[in-house]
Amino acid sequence: MGLTNSSTGIKAVDSGLVIKKLTPNDKVIAVAGNPNVGKSTVFNSLTGLNQHTGNWPGKTVTSAQGYCRYGDSTYILVDIPGTYSLMAHSAEEEVARNFICFGDPDAVIVICDATCLERNFNLVLQILEFTGKVVVCVNMMDEARKKNIRVDLDAISKKLGVPVIGTTARKKNGLKELMQSVSQLSCQPEENPPFRIKYPKPIEDAIAHLEPFIKQKVEKKINTRWLSLKLLDYDETLITALNEYLGYDLISDEEIQKQLNIAKKILSDGRITGNDLRDKIVASIVLTAEDICSDTVHFNKSNYNARDRKIDRILTNKWTGIPIMLALLMGIFWLTITGANYPSQLISDGLFWVQDRLTDFFQYIGAPDWLHGMLVLGVYRVLAWVVSVMLPPMAIFFPLFTLLEDLGYLPRVAFNLDKYFKKCSACGKQALTMCMGLGCNAAGIIGCRIIDSPRERLIAIITNNFVPCNGRFPTLIAIITMFFVGHAAGPFESVFSVILLTGVIVLGIFMTFIVSKILSKTILKGIPSSFTLELPPYRIPQIGKVIVRSIFDRTIFVLARAVVVAAPAGLIIWIMANISIGNMTLLAHCSNFLDPFAKMLGMDGVILFAFILGLPANEIVIPIIIMAYMASGSIMELDSLWDLKQLLVNNGWTWITAISTMLFSLMHWPCSTTCLTIRKETQSWKWTAISFAVPTIAGIVICFVFANIARLFI
Amino acid sequence: MNNIYSLKDLRQGQKAKVKSILSTGSIRRRLLDIGLIEGTEVECLLKSPAGDPVAYLIRGAVIALRSEDSSNILIC
Repeated sequence: MGLTNSSTGIKAVDSGLVIKKLTPNDKVIAVAGNPNVGKSTVFNSLTGLNQHTGNWPGKTVTSAQGYCRYGDSTYILVDIPGTYSLMAHSAEEEVARNFICFGDPDAVIVICDATCLERNFNLVLQILEFTGKVVVCVNMMDEARKKNIRVDLDAISKKLGVPVIGTTARKKNGLKELMQSVSQLSCQPEENPPFRIKYPKPIEDAIAHLEPFIKQKVEKKINTRWLSLKLLDYDETLITALNEYLGYDLISDEEIQKQLNIAKKILSDGRITGNDLRDKIVASIVLTAEDICSDTVHFNKSNYNARDRKIDRILTNKWTGIPIMLALLMGIFWLTITGANYPSQLISDGLFWVQDRLTDFFQYIGAPDWLHGMLVLGVYRVLAWVVSVMLPPMAIFFPLFTLLEDLGYLPRVAFNLDKYFKKCSACGKQALTMCMGLGCNAAGIIGCRIIDSPRERLIAIITNNFVPCNGRFPTLIAIITMFFVGHAAGPFESVFSVILLTGVIVLGIFMTFIVSKILSKTILKGIPSSFTLELPPYRIPQIGKVIVRSIFDRTIFVLARAVVVAAPAGLIIWIMANISIGNMTLLAHCSNFLDPFAKMLGMDGVILFAFILGLPANEIVIPIIIMAYMASGSIMELDSLWDLKQLLVNNGWTWITAISTMLFSLMHWPCSTTCLTIRKETQSWKWTAISFAVPTIAGIVICFVFANIARLFI
Repeated sequence: MNNIYSLKDLRQGQKAKVKSILSTGSIRRRLLDIGLIEGTEVECLLKSPAGDPVAYLIRGAVIALRSEDSSNILIC
């Protein structure tokens, strides 16, 4: 799952798959395919939706659906997670399989990568075993052409007996033909699949024995040859899903039991036992795929991947791999920091000009002071702060990061860092989920579905918060700029802030490793499990589209959050700063209460209180701090970060406060959205509580140690 | 030669054919899924900066495996 409007924030907490038909005549079409073959691109082009597309296997981890009109009918397209096979191994693959097999789609579009067709056919053939209502979409024809790979679509179609359509979804080529085939196919009645994989004789004999009995029992439309094979090759999750679909327990039927045992005897007589069956089944499919491709796919150039290999040799090199990774990270930060300066000032000027006009207006209509205070100085001002300080860095970071993602760089990061994850008994794919966490921790946590081992997945979920999300970047950047970089924002200063920010991120990564290691030695004991990591070919991203799209997404996202979260927070802060109990305001009571504890951590009561109020969204921490200080002191004009620094210094900030606040920002509880996502993904309040506690405790300990050691030196 | 070679022994740029897969459980099924069966040709493409994992070219796709897993794939 990539970082988009719909994958980040509260929308990440998705609900199960419910197909919403607009009319009863709507046709349901499943869009299946291997991971990273452009499934989401095809889906988007057909539905006009905006599922994020990135160049790494596993970004679509939830099913999305959209509508597509073709001719007189409406088609509901369901984008299911990419899977190599229907023999599910992980949660996301189970979703895919269950939908194709038991979701009763009217047709299945199987999307293949033209540059890697043979492997993709593994899935095509497995789906064809189950249903004949399949359209094979050979995508990325342009890339294949560039690599001098010639694909004979007609010949493949003849061999498989189903339509095979070549497309280049990025350029919207071939999509009309695709929908035409889909519409023809979805009107036809279900027939037996036209293509049949030939298995070794004992397996064929066993199927032949079992199938007639299954046919008697199963009235619903389900392919009996496929079912027989699946019963022989007992797969628990599949049987569970099957029973649910049929409404009764097929396998406990006495007759079926008896015949199944006879069929298994046939297998063992043919010297196929246990694991062998699965091996033989897969081998037959793989060899069939090889056979189909042998005379339909032609490689005119043997070293068609030479360019990718050259790039890989530099990006994953022993000496240059990790330095380039850091340099790219720093480059992105540099562009973010320097690029955000100017628009930030501009937005701030504009919004505060509006604030003055609002004040004029309130005075003009003679509104009472408290109303003006609440709405303008409370709600509006925090909103303005959030938008002007937070929006520009987010709107710059996101598109840059998305470009790297689309390029296919992220799996290389996982490749480079895997050894270190292995040392912590964790999975290298955790690096991918951390990258997602840089954008939004909730998205990162959903991304953890790509990790197969439940133990390693939990480690990735619990530690994801050590990567500062986009909502925390601006806080870090603002503090770094104010306290550690000189007054003039010259080139040297911006480089210096980049180094500091990178340092903070590296510290977060370092903490991730340490905490992962501690978890693997304590509550999540275990040894590193096996996994395969695919390094996809590099693809040139659609730069313009990505930039426009993600700036737009971010702006909407930040504005929406500002309204939902920052505005009420502003109201609360204003009320607390203006209602007094005894001779102190409510705000002073709260911050005084927190003050002794916060001081031990190198901060003060107001800062800690802001972090607590920032639970719904980390973006509002700095604005709340400012509001709280301004409310308790004389109101002053805050024209720039330097005035802001003055305000903070007047309230007792030193470099120790600044560093402690940064450390605490890096390590404290996940925001409420992330907590909800963790609850949903782990299905457990216990793990949610642990995910909440681990970074919080780490932050408290580290801030405490830092602040007390630092104080010794002044 | 009497030595039994595994994928792990393959040096960068070398090719070999899979003789048998000793892995069990989910990784075995994963490997089968990506088309790694007896007789499949595999080329060792890249080593990661720390030397492990290593990326292999398997049926047109680049797949990285950890040494624990590649040592369970025998080649000839």
